[in-house]
Amino acid sequence: MSTPSAMVEARGIHKSFGSLDVLKGVDLDVRAGEVTVVLGPSGSGKSTLLRTLNHLEKVDSGSVRVNGELVGYRRSGNKLYELRERDILKQRTKIGFVFQNFHLFPHLTVLENLVEAPVAALRRPKKDAVAGARALLDRVGLADKADAYPRTLSGGQQQRVAIARALALEPELLLFDEPTSALDPELVGEVLDVIKDLAHRGTTMIVVTHEIGFAREVADTVVFMDGGRIVEQGPPGQVLDHPRHERTKSFLSKVL
Amino acid sequence: MSSVDPVSATLDAPAPSAAAPPGTSRPAAPRIVPRRRTGQWASAVAVLALLVPAAVSVVRNDAFQWDVVADYFLTDAVLRGLGLTLWLTVLVMALGFALGTLLATMRLSANPVLRGVSWGYVWLFRSMPVLVQLLFWFNIGALYPTILGVRTVDLLDPVAIAVIGLTLHEAAYAAEVVRGGILSVEKGQLEAAQSLGLGAWRRLRRIVLPQAMRAIVPPAGNMLIGTLKGTSIVSVIAVQDLLYSVQLVYHRTYQVIPLLLVATLWYVVVTSVLSAGQYLVERHYARGAAGAR
Repeated sequence: MSTPSAMVEARGIHKSFGSLDVLKGVDLDVRAGEVTVVLGPSGSGKSTLLRTLNHLEKVDSGSVRVNGELVGYRRSGNKLYELRERDILKQRTKIGFVFQNFHLFPHLTVLENLVEAPVAALRRPKKDAVAGARALLDRVGLADKADAYPRTLSGGQQQRVAIARALALEPELLLFDEPTSALDPELVGEVLDVIKDLAHRGTTMIVVTHEIGFAREVADTVVFMDGGRIVEQGPPGQVLDHPRHERTKSFLSKVL
Repeated sequence: MSSVDPVSATLDAPAPSAAAPPGTSRPAAPRIVPRRRTGQWASAVAVLALLVPAAVSVVRNDAFQWDVVADYFLTDAVLRGLGLTLWLTVLVMALGFALGTLLATMRLSANPVLRGVSWGYVWLFRSMPVLVQLLFWFNIGALYPTILGVRTVDLLDPVAIAVIGLTLHEAAYAAEVVRGGILSVEKGQLEAAQSLGLGAWRRLRRIVLPQAMRAIVPPAGNMLIGTLKGTSIVSVIAVQDLLYSVQLVYHRTYQVIPLLLVATLWYVVVTSVLSAGQYLVERHYARGAAGAR
């Protein structure tokens, strides 16, 4: 029933907020080691789709599997029972999430931000977590900021810390929700560089973004969403340069 | 006014001779004259004219009996009363905020029964004057003569009644203070903690409450000082706090005013210490916040 190489399989995702249908039946497959970039106008449902993938948003119907495991639910017969919070939290440790507005913990230092989850959620010894955190900070070029408080950093630095914080749990999958949309233009590049580096290391990622250049350069698959549906998807050369749908064409003509 | 260019005035002002080559005639920068604040002077004089005579009369009026104040200020009875007041304050504050935090989390939970119970508690105990509540607990024996086989009057002495009554009252207000603090924490903080797999208790204790404390500490400091003075109400049920201790003395000696001054001075001293403490606590919880460090 499932192709063995698909790491993420979303099937028939529906989600509405009140009378507003945000997702109207979305299917999405992401293979391990690939980068999927989700494009689309505001309100097209791309962020909501991303949030359903780690159960931050509960679906109204449909299912999400990551590495074959149902996210947020247990199937019995023809019913999906929502899991206990403990089990959902455990699943989330395998799915890193990077927010548009970083959401670093402002009362903790950069190092404490990175150490918190491995110690609390994975019960890793503090010493190991600190060593791992320092290595990650080094990787995102912020080794000297370990003892700084987030608010003393630039937006680009904060987002790099947030990425390192997500990586500290060694997730199998990384989700990025418009990671550069809250940044000053001159800070976008440093964050995209970190994400590109992850892509080259073979990290499986789904990136919701407006950065077309990034999509062209890094994506294995580009997904274009509009009105709560996936309009078309394919390799960047196809979707970005030879879009088949009118809505994709008109969107690209506005942002390119 | 409009002819003075403020930018060039400040730029030129410091070094007209050093910067300008000697002999060149740059016009001297105009001197800046602050506006006269006649109203400020007048109001200051008026206030002092009222205050100074009042202060002089306090010092010179023998009926204040400052010598008696000095005699009793450090007596054992007064210090024991002060000790009980401080102990009551700390205990009521700690228990009140523990219960208040529980009520606040109940009120914010998804469970409608817990929400309703918390709301009902706050509604009831904020509606009831603390004095009425103390008298009620004092007479609880009329409702329940025995509790678990023990006579109620043996189980609950006046100090225990004071602790219970004041704590239940305190908790209702603490619940609202804590709830306000928790609501002040950005929703994204909770989502970030959830996406990192942190459990509910860990999220509350490690992520939400430390940030909520910034909004909780100022009103909590207010409540602490209010509670310190509010404990004086237990004198009505014969608990020997600071106020009741001086009352016991003046019922005997009829030196009412100086002994009330003894109590007042102690309340002022402790309140001053607590205000200083509040400043330090606020500074602690401001770490990492904009403008701190």
